[in-house]
Amino acid sequence: MAKKLIVSLSPHVHSRDSVQRNMYGVCIALIPALLSSLYFFGLGAAIVLATSVAACVFFEWAITKYILKSGRLTILDGSAVLTGLLLGFNLPSNLPVWIIIIGALVAIGVGKMTFGGLGCNPFNPALVGRVFLLVSFPVQMTTWPMSGQLDAYLDAETGATPLGIMKEAIKSGDVSVLHKLPDAVDMLVGQTGGSLGEVSALALLIGLVYMFVRRIITWHVPVSILATVFVLSGLLHLYNPVYASPVSVLLTGGLMLGACFMATDYVTSPMTVKGQVVYGVAIGFLTVVIRTFGAYPEGMSFAILIMNAFTPLINTYCKPKRFGEVVKK
Amino acid sequence: MNVILIAVISLGVVGLVASIMLYAASKKFTVVEDERIGRVAEVLPQANCGGCGYPGCAGFAAACVKAADAGSLEGKFCPVGGQPVMDQVAGILELAATVSVPKVAVVRCNGTCANRPHVVEYNGVRSCRVQLLAGTGETACAFGCLGGGDCVAACQFGALAINPETGLPEVNEELCTACGACVKTCPRKVIELRPKGPKGRRMVVKCVNRDKGAVANKVCKVSCIGCGKCVKTCPFEAITLSNNLAYIDPEKCKLCRKCEEVCPKGSIHAVNFPPRKPKMEKPITSDVSQSGASPEIHSNTVSGQEEKKEA
Amino acid sequence: MKTFKIGGVHPSENKLSATSPIRRAGLPKQAVFSLYQHIGAPAKPVVAKGDEVKVGMMLAEADGFVSAPVYSSVSGKVSKIDALVDASGYRRPAIFVDVEGDEWVDTIDRTTDLVTLSQRPDLTAEEIINKVRTAGVVGMGGATFPCHVKLSPPKGTKAECVIINAVECEPYLTADHRLMLEKPEEILVGVELIMKAVGVDKGYIGIENNKPDAIALLSEKAKAHPQIEIVPLQVKYPQGGEKQLIAAVTGREVPAPPALPISVGAVVQNVGTTFAIYEAVMKNKPVFERVITVTGKDVPNPSNLLARIGTPMHQLIEECGGMPENTGKVIGGGPMMGKALMNLDVPVCKGSSGLLLMTENESRRAEPQPCIRCAKCVSACPMGLEPYLLATASAFRNWDLVEENDIVSCIECGSCQFTCPSARPMLDNIRMGKTTVMALIRARNAK
Repeated sequence: MAKKLIVSLSPHVHSRDSVQRNMYGVCIALIPALLSSLYFFGLGAAIVLATSVAACVFFEWAITKYILKSGRLTILDGSAVLTGLLLGFNLPSNLPVWIIIIGALVAIGVGKMTFGGLGCNPFNPALVGRVFLLVSFPVQMTTWPMSGQLDAYLDAETGATPLGIMKEAIKSGDVSVLHKLPDAVDMLVGQTGGSLGEVSALALLIGLVYMFVRRIITWHVPVSILATVFVLSGLLHLYNPVYASPVSVLLTGGLMLGACFMATDYVTSPMTVKGQVVYGVAIGFLTVVIRTFGAYPEGMSFAILIMNAFTPLINTYCKPKRFGEVVKK
Repeated sequence: MNVILIAVISLGVVGLVASIMLYAASKKFTVVEDERIGRVAEVLPQANCGGCGYPGCAGFAAACVKAADAGSLEGKFCPVGGQPVMDQVAGILELAATVSVPKVAVVRCNGTCANRPHVVEYNGVRSCRVQLLAGTGETACAFGCLGGGDCVAACQFGALAINPETGLPEVNEELCTACGACVKTCPRKVIELRPKGPKGRRMVVKCVNRDKGAVANKVCKVSCIGCGKCVKTCPFEAITLSNNLAYIDPEKCKLCRKCEEVCPKGSIHAVNFPPRKPKMEKPITSDVSQSGASPEIHSNTVSGQEEKKEA
Repeated sequence: MKTFKIGGVHPSENKLSATSPIRRAGLPKQAVFSLYQHIGAPAKPVVAKGDEVKVGMMLAEADGFVSAPVYSSVSGKVSKIDALVDASGYRRPAIFVDVEGDEWVDTIDRTTDLVTLSQRPDLTAEEIINKVRTAGVVGMGGATFPCHVKLSPPKGTKAECVIINAVECEPYLTADHRLMLEKPEEILVGVELIMKAVGVDKGYIGIENNKPDAIALLSEKAKAHPQIEIVPLQVKYPQGGEKQLIAAVTGREVPAPPALPISVGAVVQNVGTTFAIYEAVMKNKPVFERVITVTGKDVPNPSNLLARIGTPMHQLIEECGGMPENTGKVIGGGPMMGKALMNLDVPVCKGSSGLLLMTENESRRAEPQPCIRCAKCVSACPMGLEPYLLATASAFRNWDLVEENDIVSCIECGSCQFTCPSARPMLDNIRMGKTTVMALIRARNAK
């Protein structure tokens, strides 16, 4: 026979789904949030995001090439771009470039490549970068410029964020402090202070719906986080009105960004539906606990990182229901 | 005064509690070890090389004691200490020492890319066991090496490597400890542990094809076709033929190399012999050269390995 | 619309030959009958070299209960009993017959008249099973499990319903679909025969709703058979898996192996098998021909052929316009579970449901990427397993871990590998792990 037949085991067809398709799918889902951040923070947002994405892609390329000495071009798979975008979304718009670059180095270098690159990292790299910056540069990381200053960067005026107001209300025990909160519509659209990507809950929700439609992620993680936060903060609010209403808790800070894009990260979230619900509920619970009783006003990043650490354990104990398995009574 | 007293009492209490806990723990988790293990370990070289196939000398000592309880030390051998050490071990364990000959893993297939043409292209996981599920592998030979490298993965000592040119695993005889991991993992039983032989010299039939001659001949240039010439030639009755396949009994073989000369397919290999004198070589090369095998290529010489290392 | 609950994927259907009516394939010059056409003990030859045979004569008899006889599909002379290189490259014993003419044995009813069960009220369950057994009927969907074994449930179990697998969930294949369109009444009588054989009064025919014409036609004809219900099913792979089909039709799940479908009271047979049972019982015709789909994107004329068993595959390809230049892989069966053939001289067997010619581009797998733990394989697995874990642990030879995680439940449907965004060869490793673990379990049980 002139030509050799190809032999392989079944299946002989593939869905043509790919890592790129999923990673860039998430990036596309982030476009509404990207536009909203540009709309609210203008120049600052552009500089922070561009630096963050470029630095993440550069570090991934440099580490693969010069430290791992691998010929594989991994930057094209879109995961570094995604990490850069998410890291940028978690930063205030007036952060100096050099701090962002340090954040990107920690995110890609420590958070991802030390563990072996894509698929091997136990923690969400963007969050590792962000939390590193938060504990290293607490002042720069927790003074957020007010939205609407389109041509300002380092010189942007800062102001209190809704989360800061909530924390103040809890500390002082004075309900009237909460009146300083912007109304729910403003918080939904993004007319508040905060990190780049987290201000507009609406834009993030549009992205979430896009990811559901493209079947990039399933509903279990985001819905269980949001529902848990809503229920717990609702109970607290009923118990004592000094705790902000559940709607404003849902719309403030990084909760939406975390629930939709950070906690749902493929690599660091559990593999089974049961596990994903456990993971989501635990993140929601920890977030409310940290926000209400912790030292930091925001608890989302810590909650996700803590649960990332529990993911292998969840994978071990939350098995999918086997076909034909008899449920023990 | 009072402060000192408090300090002394509190430290004392902590110390007491801790010692009780330690005592309880040591009682609870105590491991009773056979005292013979320690004595065996003492006579071992303590090189912890793993050459015996066990994790270090302590592991080997434990394995020896376990084997002695079962009645025999067969298969246990310390390649570093050699026979003297094994005699000592046998003495401690009150057994007659079994005489072990040093062995080495031998790949009994010479179906290189040139000798054994590929009939299909395999596209999938490179593992012999997986390839086996898809069929006979890339060649038409239903018995020979698949080249998937399961033996390479199984080898703890880095003694095996697939030669990209031939597509076959090669044994580095210096590193091979004859632990048998590759033999166990090979799904086609191509690898065999054979005695190293004097000065490393030995005769091997490098083929495991049990098909009838015509079939075996078709799939591979250097397959054993079971013609029986070697059996008739051997003056020591060391060669047997079963299932159309010749096998050389290493204990009976006297390394006369007569079988190598008569084999029409060049599937009998003389390993680690010095190159033949030119006048001896002529009849062989005329016989074998068409099949693409010459003594230089098919003998797994130490010098050949050194060349590879340098490369 | 009914379907099974756990997992599943939806590959592109590519039913290229769905509108092409079944036509007869030509007779081969030499027919080759493998003795390994079924699961179980190989058949034992009853002819010798030089014997004259006719169409429908027995060539080899069943060797034991789980075995099936092999019949000649051609008339001529036995030229040799020798080894045949099978699709995997191994040499298996086979009977070679040189074809001369086309002379059938007299006992076969060659008319196309429909024989209904009411015309043969004398038939008992034993007679039906016996006829099925002597006719050498096996699972024609590809499983090739001897049919009479399934029709005789083991002691202590009770069949409650008969389910006919008319799902044909494999992409490309249309043999069952065409058979339903062209022989609906025969199939319905076949279902009644199976129901009588196992002693139940409820039969279902599960059809995916990508075959609306077959659903409509069979529903129309089934009005005369009130005990048979046509069940349209949502299109989802692997609905043709026995366990998935039972879950889809009855809602009951067969427990993990070694439990059999009969443990939930179901007897499942394929449409092709049902038709073969009809022919065996009512027409006295043993299994020696079957419908096979020959298809592929670049095949000039994708068709459904009624081919004699023993016809070499390359002849079927010629009948459909020849092998395209760019063929990379030839698959016996469908693209999800079929087996890539190592040579094209292999003959049609009882279980050959399709022949798929893939182009070179389609044939090669994409380069595997690292696992991104997206969990898509977990949600695609119809058995509720964790393919990512089983594949990795198998590759690292951790047999205990894969056994704990129910690797033996895997039905090798390929949904995990199909859906994997990183194009990881998961099923390669899982299959290797499964065969190893099953061998380990057998060795343990043997002790």
